[in-house]
Amino acid sequence: MNFSTFMSFVSYLKDGISLGAVYAIIALGYTMVYGIAKMLNFAHGDVIMVGAYISLTMMTKTGAPPVVALLVAIVGCTLLGVTIEFVAYRPLRKASSPLAVLITAIGVSYLLQNLALKIFGAGPESIRDEQKIISGSPVVLFNGQLAISRITILIVICIIIIMCALTWFVNRTRRGHAMLAVSEDRDAAQLMGVNVNGTISLTFAIGSALAAVAGVLLFSAYPSLTPYTGSMPGIKAFVAAVFGGIGSIPGAMIGGILLGIIENLAKAYIPSGSQVSDAIVFAVLIFVLLIRPAGLFGKNIQEKV
Amino acid sequence: MNKTEEYQNEILKKIKNKERLNIAITYVMVIAIYAIVQGLVTTGNISNLLKGILVPTCVYVIAAISLNLVVGFSGELSLGHAGFMCIGAFTSGFFSKAVGDGLPDGFRFFLAIVIGALFAGIVGMLIGIPVLRLKGDYLAIVTLAFGEIIKNLLNVVYMGLDSRGIHFSTKSSMDLGLESGGKKIIEGALGISKIPKNSTFTIGVILVLVTLFIVQNLIHSRAGRAIMSTRDNRIAAESIGIPVTRFKLMAFTVSAALAGMAGALYAHNIGKLNTSKFDYNMSILVLVFVVLGGIGNIRGSILAAIILTALPEMLRGLSDYRMLIYAVLLIAMMLFNWAPAALAFRERVREKLPFGRKKKEVE
Repeated sequence: MNFSTFMSFVSYLKDGISLGAVYAIIALGYTMVYGIAKMLNFAHGDVIMVGAYISLTMMTKTGAPPVVALLVAIVGCTLLGVTIEFVAYRPLRKASSPLAVLITAIGVSYLLQNLALKIFGAGPESIRDEQKIISGSPVVLFNGQLAISRITILIVICIIIIMCALTWFVNRTRRGHAMLAVSEDRDAAQLMGVNVNGTISLTFAIGSALAAVAGVLLFSAYPSLTPYTGSMPGIKAFVAAVFGGIGSIPGAMIGGILLGIIENLAKAYIPSGSQVSDAIVFAVLIFVLLIRPAGLFGKNIQEKV
Repeated sequence: MNKTEEYQNEILKKIKNKERLNIAITYVMVIAIYAIVQGLVTTGNISNLLKGILVPTCVYVIAAISLNLVVGFSGELSLGHAGFMCIGAFTSGFFSKAVGDGLPDGFRFFLAIVIGALFAGIVGMLIGIPVLRLKGDYLAIVTLAFGEIIKNLLNVVYMGLDSRGIHFSTKSSMDLGLESGGKKIIEGALGISKIPKNSTFTIGVILVLVTLFIVQNLIHSRAGRAIMSTRDNRIAAESIGIPVTRFKLMAFTVSAALAGMAGALYAHNIGKLNTSKFDYNMSILVLVFVVLGGIGNIRGSILAAIILTALPEMLRGLSDYRMLIYAVLLIAMMLFNWAPAALAFRERVREKLPFGRKKKEVE
């Protein structure tokens, strides 16, 4: 392998990490909600889409700078997430089948998509360069052999910060301990005086705020936004969360990044790869689950009588 | 025979009779709906739009009944049902187009349905063997993954037929190297076009009845009780010697084959097929029918599939708002049917109504 083919490999790897880091941010939201509320929140992907639309609207309608738009998107999505949980999921928490809340989540997903369709229309929205969260020429290394765009660097910095903050929050604060307790045994936690409803709301708030961040980053890196933009990254992030062991925070991060790398390398090196890259991602997931049925970092709990 | 045994036999007989009645009601309901709709069609009292969704409704009813077998009776969440429909649709479509006018229409369509079901069943079994070792949400995500894999791989399949046999390529239809006069059949993402349109509403209803017959007989057989026991308590079922995986695999395979049948019906309805229709949204739609109709309730699946397929067409007058209303109705119906608070409220209302049914106390 000569230097330039190696550099093109590194370049694909870098794109994979960038995409994977976005998946990881989304997957963190999925995995926390799953760990604590024990539900698959199928509407999570659509919260990403809403976040991107909010930031875009802020910038085009009020001319706010990207950072302000991002903050508004975070606040908007947090409120949205908590509202969804309160209206649609909380009444079903003690339903006789866990499938009930799953279908309701699908209903919420349809609702968000169609609301966006009604308000913003179907056409793909684009973004001007100065509206991106970060702009400017890419950082060039090795005499121009490798160009790293600024958004890639920002995404990677974001995921590291989010990761550290979440780990600190869950392991070092009272609220975080409450989350761990609720995810371990909801009833026991309630008996010990943990506010279960409040903890679940908080989880949804954090997950949705992360979704807003992911939405803005995703839209800056891949500037095409439709009401259905969120659903595929949502599914991929779900896969990433399962890949790393659903419920595990480091698992979601590693899973997301690995997923992004696999997807990008498959696109680059496999014949007709861009069409089958999703199939390859899913095949790797199945392979991992067959060897480690609880994901890479998941705890395998043996069921007892 | 002593007194207790007699008493037990009597109770068993009663249960059996009730079961038979229940099954009969389902058949009668399907036939009654068919008669009413057919009556409306012949008297011309039905709009063209609704006429257009008659066969798709049958497709969804079959898919919902078959998915209920896995979700309701085997107790596993499957999110890849559209994948099996996709296999059934493509294999049957391929067959019909490859044979062309070589066989009489009716017989060819019959064979196409059998082939679609067979292939989907085989793929279902092959997928089921590794997948059914997993549990719960992991099983759900893997079935979703398989559904997407099937769809993605079919997107790069090119197949054609000429006098030398079947040609296959993954690049483009030019790479097939067909002789002049050869037929391109599957064209990658474009799928299959010009499949003979053999599906009619009557055939659809017959297939619904066939599905009902297979599923009802299965769940009321010894194997069916074994399948339900693995759902209710896997460990208890294992401990009395029921081979759990084998019975789950059986339910999964039968369900996949029936989904393949639904796919074949679908393929021969519009005559044009591509994979994008069979994405995970389709799987989820079918799951919505099952859960809304009541998990493990076959009659509910049928009604939910009919209502939810007709609903968007009924709402068409509201144009842009129809999918919005559909989503809101879906959430509202789920809350009304499943939330413990709503159920308690319904119970209270029912008790106050003088003519309302009182819920029988279970001993």
